[in-house]
Amino acid sequence: MKKTTIDQYPLGERAIEHIRAASRKALTEITLEALKDGALKTSDLQVSAETLRAQADIARQAGYIQLADNLLRAAELTAVPNDELLRLYEALRPGRSTQDELIALAKRLEETYGAFETGRLVREAAVVYLQRGLLRAQRTNGR
Amino acid sequence: MSRSKRFAVLAERDINKETFVEPWPEAGLVVVDSPYDPHPSLRIVNGRVVELDGKPRDQFDAIDLFIADHGLDMSVAEQAMAMPSLELARMVVDIHVPREHIQRLAGGCTPAKLVEIVRHLNVLEMMMGLAKMRQRCAPANQAHVTNRRHHPALLAADAAEAALRGFAEIETTVGIARYAPFNALAILIGSQTGAGGVLTQCSVEESLGLQLALKGLTTYAETLSVYGTERAFVDGDDTPWSKAFLAAAYASRGIKIRFTSGTGSEALMGHAEGCSMLYLEARCLLVTRGAGSQGVQNGSISCIALPESLPGGVRAVLAENLLAAMLGLEVASGNDALASHSAIRKTAKLMLQLIPGTDFITSGYSAVPRRDNLFGGGNFDAEDFDDWTILQRDMQLDAGLRPVREEETLAVRRRAAQAVQAVFAELGFPPVTDEEVEAATIAHSSDDMPARDVAADLAAADRFLNSSITMLDIARALQQRGFSDIAANVLEMGRQRVAADYLQPAAIFDAQSDRPTETRRKGATYFRVRSAINDPNTYRGPGSGYRVEGRRWAEIQHVPQAQSPRDFIAGHIGQPLSVLREIGSARAGAHPEVVVAVGPAFGSALTRTINGLAHEEVLAAILTGIAKEGLYGRVVKVYHSSDLAAIGHAGARLSGSGIAVGLQSRGTAMIQKRGLAPLNNLELFPQSPSLTLHSYEQIGQNAARYAKGLAVTPVPVQVDNWARLRLIVKTALMHRRETEQVCDRPPVELWFDWEPDV
Repeated sequence: MKKTTIDQYPLGERAIEHIRAASRKALTEITLEALKDGALKTSDLQVSAETLRAQADIARQAGYIQLADNLLRAAELTAVPNDELLRLYEALRPGRSTQDELIALAKRLEETYGAFETGRLVREAAVVYLQRGLLRAQRTNGR
Repeated sequence: MSRSKRFAVLAERDINKETFVEPWPEAGLVVVDSPYDPHPSLRIVNGRVVELDGKPRDQFDAIDLFIADHGLDMSVAEQAMAMPSLELARMVVDIHVPREHIQRLAGGCTPAKLVEIVRHLNVLEMMMGLAKMRQRCAPANQAHVTNRRHHPALLAADAAEAALRGFAEIETTVGIARYAPFNALAILIGSQTGAGGVLTQCSVEESLGLQLALKGLTTYAETLSVYGTERAFVDGDDTPWSKAFLAAAYASRGIKIRFTSGTGSEALMGHAEGCSMLYLEARCLLVTRGAGSQGVQNGSISCIALPESLPGGVRAVLAENLLAAMLGLEVASGNDALASHSAIRKTAKLMLQLIPGTDFITSGYSAVPRRDNLFGGGNFDAEDFDDWTILQRDMQLDAGLRPVREEETLAVRRRAAQAVQAVFAELGFPPVTDEEVEAATIAHSSDDMPARDVAADLAAADRFLNSSITMLDIARALQQRGFSDIAANVLEMGRQRVAADYLQPAAIFDAQSDRPTETRRKGATYFRVRSAINDPNTYRGPGSGYRVEGRRWAEIQHVPQAQSPRDFIAGHIGQPLSVLREIGSARAGAHPEVVVAVGPAFGSALTRTINGLAHEEVLAAILTGIAKEGLYGRVVKVYHSSDLAAIGHAGARLSGSGIAVGLQSRGTAMIQKRGLAPLNNLELFPQSPSLTLHSYEQIGQNAARYAKGLAVTPVPVQVDNWARLRLIVKTALMHRRETEQVCDRPPVELWFDWEPDV
């Protein structure tokens, strides 16, 4: 995919004709008139993965590397439904999961959602949590 | 030991309600330089950190690991770590070194290195650094809008007022979690009524917070707390990885995120591990950056009293703001939680962020009275609004607020309350009555609001949370009930979420965002985003960066309290006195008499003294006093000077007894004796606002007694030290008017058509 450049920022002003919501509706079609006509749905007001990737490109070019990485993970997570998102967060909190469970989560992120960056973060957590006693099993067994 | 009365008074002062302790590193009660703080070091082998601040990788805790693998920019780390910290510190202050250069190098510094750099700076240098390193060009401010009764109409009205007053972000929270959906709804509607483009959040537990965001009710989240030790982090029920995941989760729904950290939290949680607060905060900031948060709220936040109990605490809090900015993070710089009982101490601390300017001067200014603030009080509150706008005017600086007029404020409050009323009606929530709308319009606090059916509100809030209603339905309800402009703003918030420009560092929407216009291209956005990408801080010393000028300076100057000085003294200018007539040149007297010498504007260009006494009555009082001693008083007008010493001096030279009363038109008086140096005198009454007709009579009487050679007790005068403060502009303008009458004419004799009643 073509890289978004920093001079296209703000996208909402300078690249508006290319922006689509998560629903694929064009931003220029999300108007008061459309609202009046009942032609808008909730996903028309949700950000799309491609827009988040475009923002990641911009952040990276401006030197905000870690923010860019976060926006890439965010782009991946647009595919994950709300309740699963909350469950994933809960599973990553200390003492909630075994190492195997974390690895299974990473696999699911990668295989079901193509979320390889986020999957990598979860895999990394699985290693650190074992090292630092932050897994569930280790808590119940006592250290 | 005898007790000093002064020490007893000091003991009662506000400052002595605070706690001050000596440092105790083992308990984490030290702001910088704990003996247990590590020394900076970094070793990288094959692109992997193997030693961080003196610790080998196999001894890393979770935070070390996260920083080593996510927080450091490997491309610059070795270069930055090899540079002397003093040199880096000097670069922070050097106007010739651009922000970007320092930001790049700071990205390669370990926590101990960052601390070593800022240790070299005093507060003035840190302020210089902060002014340069701030991410966004213009500073801004954030508001808290809450109330104890969770009244939706009041929340909307207060949010509307906060938006009108210029706050770029508005945050609410709840005492009862179930109210959260209504709170978020009310401040969304309110903020978009006051000024389109204000970002909002509802501070609640993470999953509830995310739910509200998913409904489109909120646009940012700053509840993501991080800590500088592993144990404190785990006690906070998170790890750097779970927080990083949460950051991505929020961003995936188009929510701006900001982490929270701050000196003192680890010590408060009992897990400081002997390290200094600033070192632990540096670790927090590298976790924040490593997790990909665009910014942080730090500056000790709710722990502020802890660093403030220690020596150097306020400096350390400034240092943590600076460190965050150096790392390229947006900074909401604290000043939110109650920091001191003492107004002097509180304000002095504020200056460290207010003068350099930060992305958000406070990470929550209580836009409601302190007693309604559910964030724990609020360091500055709605009752301090005018103090803030005057500080901006005093220093020609931007602290994110604009002065507002009562009329426009009432208008947006009423409309916001009406909009909430309409949305509640449209969506079938418990009704908001006209009486409640009116009460919310004029209210100061929730004490001014009628009671609501709490059980019904909570049940409806539950239904709302679990329903499929989103911001789209809110916008539609507003549109259907005739609030199209607010509907447009709410929808625009949703459209901006789709564009996601506000996920970039330090993003806010321009306070001057255009309203949608006919000429606008169909479907174009109309809130203008301002972030570190398109509006970066370009400060490079005098003449560069953000300057308060043009429209913004005009707005800051134009406080409603400011009056035109041109008609300031209108009340002191009346018809020239018909009872006072000039009858020719004044001659030197030969008889025992007292001359009353008045200034050139007396009874003509001015007719009342500064405290409103009619010149006619003042003159009568003095002459009555003189008459009481059996002497005659002769009135002359001095034209060659408006200066009291010169007026009195001229009078004494003309007086047969050598005694004169000098009187300026504003009422300042003296008793003068011939032969005394002009700047000497017998009695001087510089406090004209305190003088009454009775005092003028006593002045006349004393003058006569001097003339008769009697022993005299000086006229007692009341001293009001605030009078000068209150009346200085009026004093200047009255004196200016008197001086305008000065001309090259000898003193003239005045005929005063009046008989003493003695």
